[in-house]
Amino acid sequence: MDLYDQIARNRRRSAALLVAFALLVALVVAAVGSLFRAGPVIVPVAVVLAVAAAWTSWWSSDRIALAASRARPADGPEFKRYHNLVEGLCIAAGLPKPRLYVVDDPAPNAFATGRNPRHAALAVTTGLLEKLNRVELEGVLAHELSHIRNHDILVSTIAVTAVGIVVLVADLALRAAWWGGMRRGRRNAGPLGLLTGAAALVLLLLAPLAARLMQFAVSRRREYLADASAVGLTRYPPGLISALEKLRDDRTVVAGASRATEQLWIESPLDRDGGSEPRRSRTWLNRAFDTHPPLEDRIAALREM
Amino acid sequence: MIATIVIVAVVVLLAAYVVATYNRLVRFRNRIDNAYSQIDVQLRRRYDLIPNLVETVKGYAAHERQTLEAVTAARTAAMAAHDQGTPPEQARAENALSATLKSLFALAEQYPDLKANQNFLNLQEELTSTEDRIAYARQFYNDAVLKYNNGIQVFPGNLVAGTFRFRSREYFESEPEAQGPVTVQF
Repeated sequence: MDLYDQIARNRRRSAALLVAFALLVALVVAAVGSLFRAGPVIVPVAVVLAVAAAWTSWWSSDRIALAASRARPADGPEFKRYHNLVEGLCIAAGLPKPRLYVVDDPAPNAFATGRNPRHAALAVTTGLLEKLNRVELEGVLAHELSHIRNHDILVSTIAVTAVGIVVLVADLALRAAWWGGMRRGRRNAGPLGLLTGAAALVLLLLAPLAARLMQFAVSRRREYLADASAVGLTRYPPGLISALEKLRDDRTVVAGASRATEQLWIESPLDRDGGSEPRRSRTWLNRAFDTHPPLEDRIAALREM
Repeated sequence: MIATIVIVAVVVLLAAYVVATYNRLVRFRNRIDNAYSQIDVQLRRRYDLIPNLVETVKGYAAHERQTLEAVTAARTAAMAAHDQGTPPEQARAENALSATLKSLFALAEQYPDLKANQNFLNLQEELTSTEDRIAYARQFYNDAVLKYNNGIQVFPGNLVAGTFRFRSREYFESEPEAQGPVTVQF
């Protein structure tokens, strides 16, 4: 697939994602409203909340993602190499230099976020800076810069904020319904009231799932594309291959990562499989819910270049 | 009447195509010039770093005069070629400078005190990343030239390019010996 096709597709996806997200927020708010018998007053509230949520994820999703991962700006002489490598790669890619952040965490990992290449940020864990050598680090940074250049970052960052907000709201609403709404409903509702209440409850239960599905629309394939573009920048596949091998063999879990931010990172930051069981033995259905393709497959694809 | 409309429409479309192609080619050409000045910036940065490096190494390995003088001489030659030489001459002088720097860093391996010196380590990191940047700037330059040359050679862009005298550009080629694997001698 051509790079410019990918960029155009990412733009369309970002817009679609924002609209879908706003609709989802509106639906959830409407569901909460009917659960609490708020009446037609809920419609403008839903619209305002939906627009506000979409607006927030467009303008400040990068800050939210960085804050959620507890990233701090990479200032100081100990990050000189990090800065130098990024500056070199930016020359090769013809990109402005993104803001650089570090996450204090021993697990080696990295992610990129932002609205567009001019408003982009890159974060790596201190574990990554310690455990990888120069060429490996360069490979990983080139992968992240490729996400910036391919405009992958906006899609995934919006997804992060969207999923985070939806999960939060649905969670709160469910608790509220459990402790308040249901009691009231039992006391003075007819069968129709019970029906809408049940429908609202189903919608609330489904919302996090829908949000997760939105996330899956985003990841996976583009990891391969970013790997390929990274090698196009460094012209040295062994660097990224050996970096991915180190990531594969390192089983430390990133403390500041959650289900919501999972798909931002270069490899899944969460504990996979919960043990030493190899990834390949897992069923197709299980793998369908991964945000990242298996590292083995990515390494194999790079070896063929 | 319909015929007139069709003719006008075709002419307008053709003119729009010519304007769009012309502008695209100009943008490509400007990107090449910008990429070229990027290489220049990085080369100058390297010239500026070398005297510091030579001074630092002198403090620990003053008797390695031959290597140190070779680096200084190569730097002077590269700067002279940069100001007056032809592109192949420049490339040769820059590659010679890279080679002497490599032998200087190989030599530093024999001096544990020097290798532990923070100033030396900083300079080494700076020089390594500057060399990377020179390579990356050349790569970006070549990518820009490739895009531009494709743009003026493929049909029907070549008709527009020919009319407005866009000429194809040369790639930046490194010397054959710079492409082989580096051998380190102890």
